[in-house]
Amino acid sequence: MHIPDGFLATPVWATLDAAAAPAVVYVARRAQSGFEESQSPLLGVMGAFVFAAQMINFPVGVGTSGHLVGGALLCYTLGPAAATVVMTAILAIQALVFQDGGILALGPNIVNMALLGVLAAWLPFHLWGSGRRRSLAIFLGGACSVLVSAVLALSELLISGVRMPGSVLGISLALFAVSAALEGAITVAVIAALEAMNPNFVRPLERGGSRVLGAVAAGAIFLAVAGVLFASTHPDGIWRLAQDIGLASHARALLHTPLASYEAGFLESVWLRKAVGGLTGLALIFGACLLFGRLVARHRSA
Amino acid sequence: MMPLIEVRGLHFHYDDGTAALNGVDFQLLPGETVVLLGANGSGKTTFVLHLNGLLLGQGEIEVCGMRMSKQNLPQIRHKIGLVFQDSETQLFMPTVLEDVAFGPLNGGMSPEQARQRAHAALEVTGMLEAARKAPYHLSAGEKKRVAIAGILAMQPEILILDEPTTYLDPPGQSSLIQLLRSLPQAKILVTHDAGFAEALAQRACFFERGMITGTGTVRELVQRFGWDRTGVKIAQ
Amino acid sequence: MHHVVLERWSRGDSPLHRRDPRAKTLALLIFLVLVATSRVPFLPLGAAYFCLLIAALVWARLPLAAALARSSVVLPFSVVFAGISLMAGDATRAGALLVKSYLSALAVLLVISTTPMPQLLRGLEGLGVPRFLLMVAQFLYRYLFVISEEAQHMRAASIARGASVRGMVAHRARFRSAAGALAVLFARSYARAESIHQAMLARGFEGRFHLLSASRFRWQDALFLFAAGGLAAAIRLAVERAAL
Repeated sequence: MHIPDGFLATPVWATLDAAAAPAVVYVARRAQSGFEESQSPLLGVMGAFVFAAQMINFPVGVGTSGHLVGGALLCYTLGPAAATVVMTAILAIQALVFQDGGILALGPNIVNMALLGVLAAWLPFHLWGSGRRRSLAIFLGGACSVLVSAVLALSELLISGVRMPGSVLGISLALFAVSAALEGAITVAVIAALEAMNPNFVRPLERGGSRVLGAVAAGAIFLAVAGVLFASTHPDGIWRLAQDIGLASHARALLHTPLASYEAGFLESVWLRKAVGGLTGLALIFGACLLFGRLVARHRSA
Repeated sequence: MMPLIEVRGLHFHYDDGTAALNGVDFQLLPGETVVLLGANGSGKTTFVLHLNGLLLGQGEIEVCGMRMSKQNLPQIRHKIGLVFQDSETQLFMPTVLEDVAFGPLNGGMSPEQARQRAHAALEVTGMLEAARKAPYHLSAGEKKRVAIAGILAMQPEILILDEPTTYLDPPGQSSLIQLLRSLPQAKILVTHDAGFAEALAQRACFFERGMITGTGTVRELVQRFGWDRTGVKIAQ
Repeated sequence: MHHVVLERWSRGDSPLHRRDPRAKTLALLIFLVLVATSRVPFLPLGAAYFCLLIAALVWARLPLAAALARSSVVLPFSVVFAGISLMAGDATRAGALLVKSYLSALAVLLVISTTPMPQLLRGLEGLGVPRFLLMVAQFLYRYLFVISEEAQHMRAASIARGASVRGMVAHRARFRSAAGALAVLFARSYARAESIHQAMLARGFEGRFHLLSASRFRWQDALFLFAAGGLAAAIRLAVERAAL
C-alpha cells in the first residue's frame, strides 16, 4: 500500500502532494489545539507503538498471518486529528528510514492512509459507536480504513498507467478485502482488551454529531472511491464526458506552459486522458471531505 | 542552618482512595546526603515526587525558603534536580547534547549559553565524547551519567536520585558512587541497596506504609529493620 | 538491522555529511522530480543517473556494495509490476518502473546515510514543515527501537508459550492472545509517554519546546545545491537531446 517513487504519473503525485501539504498543516494545527506541544511525546511514542505493533503476528489460518496497520486503533484512542498526525509521522519515517514508500509519493500515501484512511475509520465509529452495534462499528472502521487506503492506492497506480490486467486487479481486490477484514478483527480485539484494562484508553464519543450528515458523507465518500476505481479502469469514458462538457479544451489550454511544450505530443496520449479522468475522481473525494468537514463544523458551532 | 527542604505533615491519596503518604515530616540540611530506605510501595518514590511538585498532596513543603505553590513550581524545579529510575524515559531528546541542554533552555538561556552549560555538565560526568550520540546506544551506566549531567546543567541546589543503582552492574555502581561523592550539592537518595546507601549517606530515613518510621545512620536502620543488601529480612 | 546500519553511516564524515540538511533535502527533491517527470524510455537517462549516484556515494565515503544492496528494499514491489507490464507487452514501461523506483530509493538512502535523523528533522523545519509534526516524528524515532525491542521480547515469549497448540481453537486463542499482547504494549507505551512528560516537567518544561539552534546555511551548501541540481538537470537535457 505504500507507493514507491517512479510509479505515479506527474499530475497524480504533484496534485496529491499539493493537496496533502495544506491538509496536514491544517490537521496539525487542529491536533495542536486539542493537544498542546507537550503532547508531542505521547503522539510520537504511540507512533512508535504502531511500528512495533506491526511486528506482532495474527494468525489468519492456512499458515499465514497478518498484522495491524493501525489507523483505526489510533483514531479510537487518540482522536482523528491526532491519528492523522501520527500516521503522517509514521509514513514519513517509513519513507525516509526504511525506503518503504517514496518521497514524492508521500503526498498520495498521506492522502490515502493518514487523511482518508483515518476518516474512513472515524465515520462508522462516529455513526454507530455508541449503540449496541459498537463492535460492528469498530470492525467496519478498521476494515474501511484499510479498504479505502488500498483502493485509492490502486486507483492512483491505474490512473498513472501502471498495467493491471483484470485477473491481477481481481486478486488485488480480494487480497484487500482479506486485509480489511483482518484489520477490522484485530482492531475490535485490541479495543476490547484495552477497555478491559482501562476504559479511559478509548476516546468517548462526542455527542451531537448528526447521524444523517455522517451517513450522507459516508455515502459520498464510498461513491467517490468506487467512482475513482471505476474511472481509472475506464478512462476513456471520463475523457469523453469531459470533452462534452468542454473541460478538455480548458485543460489543454492550461497545460500549454513552457514546461509542457517541452514535451510536445504528449497531450494526445492515452496517458493524459487517464490522468484527467482520475484526477476528476480524486477531486470528487476531496470535495466530499472538505464539504463534510465544513458542514460538521457549522453544525457543531450552531 | 536553614534547611533546604522542609516538609510538614504530608498526606497523599491515590485516585482510588488508597493512602500513599500518611503524614510525613522531613528536613534536608545544606551539604548533607540523606538516604530513603524501605520496601517497594512504602512511599519513598511517591514522597520524592512531591518535592518538585510532580504530585500535589496535602501538607506544607518549603524548598529553599519558598513555600510550594502552583505559581513557583518552575522555579522550584530548577532548584531540585530529580534523576528518575528509568534513564530511557529521562533521556527523551534525540541526542545527548540536546537532552542535557533541555533544562537550561527551559530556564530561559540562549541556545549558546545552554550549549556551554551542557558541555560543562557533560565534562563533569565524563560523557563529553558522547555528545552527538543517541541515548539509545549508551550503556545503562552511561545513560545514568548523562541523566545526572542533564540535572547538573540546571545548577540545582539539591539532587534527588530515585533507585539509581537499578540496571547498574557493580563496576557501574562504584563509579556512580565516586561521581556522587565528588558533587557538592545536598542529595536525597532513594534506594533499597543498603551497601550503596552506606557508602554515601550520613543519615537515613526508613519508610513504611507511607510514613517515616525510623531515622538514624544507615547501619542503625539496617540493624533495626533487618534490611540487608538482598532486601530479605535477616532474622535478628 | 537496516536502520542501525544507516544510523551508523550517518555519523560518518565526508564533504556530503558536512552539508546542511536543507541543501541535501532540496537537492534530493530536484533529483526525484527530474527522475519522476522524465519520459519513457528511461534506460539511457537511468544509466547516467546511476553513475551520478555512484559518484555521490564515493564522495560520501559510503560502502558502495552495501548501499546499493540496501536500496533494493523497493525492488520486490517494482518487480511484480514490471513483470505484469512486461507480460502486457510494455517492456519500456517495465524497465522504467524498475529503474526509476530503484534510483529514487538510492537517492533517499544517500541523504539518510549522510544526515543524522535529528539534524534532518530540524532542517525540515527550516523548509516549512510544521514543528508539531516534526516533534512527533522526533519522539517517534527516539522511541522506535526501544518499543520495538519490547515488542520483540513479547513476541518471543508468546511464541514460546503458544508453539504446541494446534487447530481452530488454537487460532482463535492465539488471535486473542496476540490482541492482548498488543493491548499490553499499548498500555506500556502510554505509561512511558506519561513518564516522559513527568521527566520533562521535572526539568522545567512549561509548554513550549526550546531547541538548540539548527546549523547555518553556508555558501558551501548553496554551492552544493546549485551544483547537484544543475548537474542532474544538465545530464537530463544532454541525454534527451542526444536521443532526438
